Amino acid sequence: MTDRRPAFCDRIMDHFGDRVSDGGAGIDMHNIEVAPENLKELCRFLLQAPELSFDFLSDLCGVDFLPDNPRFAVVYHLYSTTHQHRLRLKCRFDDPPRLPTVADIWTTANWHEREAFDMYGIVFEGHPNLKRIYMWDEFDGYPMRKDFPVRGYKDEYNPFGKERGEQ
Amino acid sequence: MTNVTVLSETDDKARVTKEVLLNLGPQHPSTHGVLQLVLQLNGEIVERTEPHIGYLHRGTEKLAETFTYTQIFPLTDRLDYVCPPSNNLGFAIAVENLLGIEVPERAQYIRVMMAELSRISGHLLITGALPMDLGAMTALLYAMREREMLMDLMEMITGARMHTSYIRVGGVREDLPEGATERIREFCQILPKRLKDYERLIASNRVFLNRTRDIGVIEPKDAIDLGLSGPNLRASGVDWDIRRDCPYEVYDRLDFDVITDTACDCYARWICRIHEMRESVRIIEQCLDQLPEGDFQVDMPTIAFPVDKELLKTSMETHIHHFELSAYGFKVPKGEVYAAIEAPKGELGYYVISDGSEKPFRLRVRAPSFVNLQALEGKVSNMKYLADVIAMLGSLDPVIAEVDK
Repeated sequence: MTDRRPAFCDRIMDHFGDRVSDGGAGIDMHNIEVAPENLKELCRFLLQAPELSFDFLSDLCGVDFLPDNPRFAVVYHLYSTTHQHRLRLKCRFDDPPRLPTVADIWTTANWHEREAFDMYGIVFEGHPNLKRIYMWDEFDGYPMRKDFPVRGYKDEYNPFGKERGEQ
Repeated sequence: MTNVTVLSETDDKARVTKEVLLNLGPQHPSTHGVLQLVLQLNGEIVERTEPHIGYLHRGTEKLAETFTYTQIFPLTDRLDYVCPPSNNLGFAIAVENLLGIEVPERAQYIRVMMAELSRISGHLLITGALPMDLGAMTALLYAMREREMLMDLMEMITGARMHTSYIRVGGVREDLPEGATERIREFCQILPKRLKDYERLIASNRVFLNRTRDIGVIEPKDAIDLGLSGPNLRASGVDWDIRRDCPYEVYDRLDFDVITDTACDCYARWICRIHEMRESVRIIEQCLDQLPEGDFQVDMPTIAFPVDKELLKTSMETHIHHFELSAYGFKVPKGEVYAAIEAPKGELGYYVISDGSEKPFRLRVRAPSFVNLQALEGKVSNMKYLADVIAMLGSLDPVIAEVDK
């Protein structure tokens, strides 16, 4: 566990000032939080600044914090293949869930964002091909949301599902 | 893709071929499971490839939110079912990091050994499956012979051939049985000879070379951008291995080489895996040499069953913990962690958010196959013909169960 803030985080703080907030050192890596309007600029900076060069987007996933406010979050796990450091980037936002895409910065985000859209209904603006990836196109609802029942809703194919409107 | 005219016959007068949409899969033998590829074809030339996934989606992440931490292990088994111990290991490390516990040394060595055995198991499958996709059935049958030895080993050590659930939070489920180390050593002596046979049989086969050399080239920069990991990334010349660069368990005490190749093509991805198996054998042999005596599980009655089973009869405290652990599971402190390991397919990451209860608030699986499969859509040069798509798909080595989660 590292209590000290790594040097590359100071670089981000110097550049963005109070537009990003320091999420503190986690068990595994340092956290940074950013508002949706600054996300794109920050991601470009993380990739392009030579002392950061986060060129590998390990993971991108949605989280639903119902009933917390703001409800949703998208978490980015970044890695730099040149400097071998990791960073966790979090972006919290509320309903309606909309966020700029990062698929034009890291190609790998394409499918991850489609998955987050499929599972949480998060709309990534500017995404080249935003459609469901796991569920079929006609599927109603976003299964990973906390208010979606584990067994799904009752219909002709799913007799054991929950009735709609039932608590 | 829907606005392309689909024609089943060519216009005889004009003698021109029209673009055709072809469904490859979801139940085609060379799609490695239920994967559907929609190909836009111009004659035999592939204009566009679009993977359609999700036929095997089981909602692992959603289910995990309703399971206790121990109950999740069988779910992880079913991600990359070719090599379950690796999947178990990644999840165990994530939870252990949250709990802040250190696993006994012997358990760490056993875990590394199991992970490497499963790596060999996974790589053996593609050793035979890629040539089979390209029409050479022989190789698969030979590779299955060695996998059978591994399966027997797994059965001996864990009691199950496929879904082992052997690695647990705090160690492993049980100690190595009597005679296991000798059997593993025997396997380590046999495998390198067999690998030599494969190379003689396939690596210089002209048909195989023609079908894979310079086909499906992914440049290093594109490979990183696509998020490829594991052997697929290293075959593109990027020297990155989590085992060496961010060591977990006892990998920092073991001596092994990271295999890279600069050819970036299908053949490079295949041959990298052959060489990686040799390194795995080296790692296993070192583990066997260094394997210390001691506990196979952490001595914490609130997290793992007591090592000394006799205590259950005499100590009330142990008895209570045993009951609570079986009935409710253990609580994990509030927090979040991302743990990545080098699974056979690449970077396998588990992102766990805990709200302090005995079930995870959110479990995210960063499945390497899911990301690797994206390369079919991406910037790949020299993937011109339909036959090349098959070679490309085979060399990426996706396991659809892991892609679909």
